[in-house]
Amino acid sequence: MSGEPLVEVRDLVKHFPINRGIILQKQVGAVHAVDGVSFDVMRGESLGIVGETGCGKSTTARLLMRLLDPTSGVIRFEGKDVAKIPRRAFKPFRREIQMIFQDPYSSLNPRKTVGAIIAEPFAIHGLNKGKGERRRAVQELMDLVGLNPEHYNRYPHEFSGGQRQRIGVARALALQPKMIIADEPVSALDVSIQAQILNLLRDLQRDLGLTLILIAHDLSVVRHMCDRVAVMYLGKIVEIADSDTLYRHPRHPYTGALLSAVPVPDPELASRRRRQVLGGDVPSPTNPPPACRFHPRCPKAQDLCHQQEPLLEQKPGGSVAACHFPLSDAEAAERVATAEPV
Amino acid sequence: MSPLLEVRDLRVHFDTEDGVVKAVDGVSFTLEKGKVLGIVGESGSGKSVTMLTVMGLSRASNARIGGEALFEGRNLLEASNEELRSVRGNDISMIFQDPLSSLHPFYKVGAQLVEAIQAHQNLSRAQARERAIEFLGLVGIPDPRARFDNYPHEFSGGMRQRAMIAMALVNEPQLLIADEPTTALDVTVQAQILELIGRLKDELGMAVIMITHDLGVVAEVTDDIAVMYAGRIVEEAATDELFHAPEHPYTWGLLQSIPRLDRPRDEPLVPIPGRPPSLINLPGGCSFHPRCPYVREAHRRIEPKLAPVPDSPKHRVACLLESETRKRLWQDLNAGKEPVEARADVMEGEEVT
Repeated sequence: MSGEPLVEVRDLVKHFPINRGIILQKQVGAVHAVDGVSFDVMRGESLGIVGETGCGKSTTARLLMRLLDPTSGVIRFEGKDVAKIPRRAFKPFRREIQMIFQDPYSSLNPRKTVGAIIAEPFAIHGLNKGKGERRRAVQELMDLVGLNPEHYNRYPHEFSGGQRQRIGVARALALQPKMIIADEPVSALDVSIQAQILNLLRDLQRDLGLTLILIAHDLSVVRHMCDRVAVMYLGKIVEIADSDTLYRHPRHPYTGALLSAVPVPDPELASRRRRQVLGGDVPSPTNPPPACRFHPRCPKAQDLCHQQEPLLEQKPGGSVAACHFPLSDAEAAERVATAEPV
Repeated sequence: MSPLLEVRDLRVHFDTEDGVVKAVDGVSFTLEKGKVLGIVGESGSGKSVTMLTVMGLSRASNARIGGEALFEGRNLLEASNEELRSVRGNDISMIFQDPLSSLHPFYKVGAQLVEAIQAHQNLSRAQARERAIEFLGLVGIPDPRARFDNYPHEFSGGMRQRAMIAMALVNEPQLLIADEPTTALDVTVQAQILELIGRLKDELGMAVIMITHDLGVVAEVTDDIAVMYAGRIVEEAATDELFHAPEHPYTWGLLQSIPRLDRPRDEPLVPIPGRPPSLINLPGGCSFHPRCPYVREAHRRIEPKLAPVPDSPKHRVACLLESETRKRLWQDLNAGKEPVEARADVMEGEEVT
């Protein structure tokens, strides 16, 4: 990991307008999907983004790839403002970031052979033009992700879910990107297959020096895979820290609740731990609560939390969290299986 | 006391163009009143088909069903469709994975509950309405009286699953079958739903069968667990024992292939090699043998029987290795050894296959 960040995100905002009316449309509101998010991604690191459905984690990924244009804010990739990349320079930028999707069934074209699917990025970017050359490149990729290169001419339906996800990984690696964004890469797979894909991603990331952004709702997967973790709630980052710190000394009560909710496959430990169950649902991002967005569900909320928005700042224990009344180590240990005992 | 549900040698085979799919192939288990049983397995292991068959929901023209499913002594597999309708939703209820597709989008949530009540209880509309509201409140839906007239799309995912649970419980069944009840939900909502099922089980004194692929979910709520693989139960035990002294290599694989919050962060995951077999063309002998690191030559020919572990009669395993060997293998694996090392250590001198 070198000191230079690969990606810098500053005050990123994405609002989706809600329109009423058919002919005379007028905007009546907005979904605040991402609402002022700032973070850096260092070269060669793996960053996890976790949060519940609708917290803005996938929108953030799409903004990073510029599949969506931000409402405001800046994304710099290798120092260049992504929003200002001119059209003709866009393709070279896209080569640098590739994505792995959740569903290995709908993300592969069923009418193309695996060889053609993995070669598609070459075709789009005009690389490895010779037929033999392209085939060789594809087969190398298949070998790299643990697929049998002889299956070059098969169709996606001839592969199992885990193998299909490998095809998706091979396709993402084809252009030798600097960064890979994996959006829930294993949540559609069988338990016994998940580990195969996670191990593959981890090995590839280490061997090829890739930068990885892993988006997942499964906190144990993120802990296993990532050097650093950002926790999002309703369009904002509420806590960000390196994995060891975050899982041992969670500071934000939301992080604590998320960690507390993860079922642990150990009946004895499960019965010992006091589970903190968050009441209610995530509020609507159309009309997020004022000040601290977590206060209606927060067990520690006080008057201040309704009035003043907490800033992301360094908390004792090491992590950066946005909370007026962060958890103490004792409170964390009570709820969270990974917390350090006091 | 006779058990609430006793399934004996259940077989469900489907004739298809490609051959016979042996979805369930000789499954037996018993469930006492008020107990919680977890059935764990991957997709295609037969866990859902087993319970659908018990409820008479897999009676297709190409299905061949054998064995017995005794509910309070009555064999449900031989019951007429008429009789089954009076059992379903009344004595036995089921909740499914995807609460959005299990609720009718066109009818109000309350109306769907009223329908479920009036199908089995002789109540007036107004009485049924009161009961529906009572149960919406019981499952923790805020302001149930107002929510009664909402459509399913106006509910969040967690609330829909609560509404499903309310619908399953309005007739106070003796058995609730929950098929992946939390898989589509966020962890926070999952925790709410699991807590709810646990609380209602105690309040209403019903038995629960929890079908899931997530070992974490069953660790916290079940009394006993059955692990299924390729249409059969390969291991069953009391929950504590299954997690602390598992004896089947497939169970070990499941436990070691998931990242866990209660283990060191850098502990490597040990994936189960290969993938689940085709149910049309099951491997001979032990059906787990192509993926098992501890396979011996004979395991490809001999079919293991589900047999009790010597010192613990309620813990049963279908594995051809000796219990002693299995215990030592698990000890090695638990100490952080790779399957290959564990094999070399415990099964030294045997042919490596």
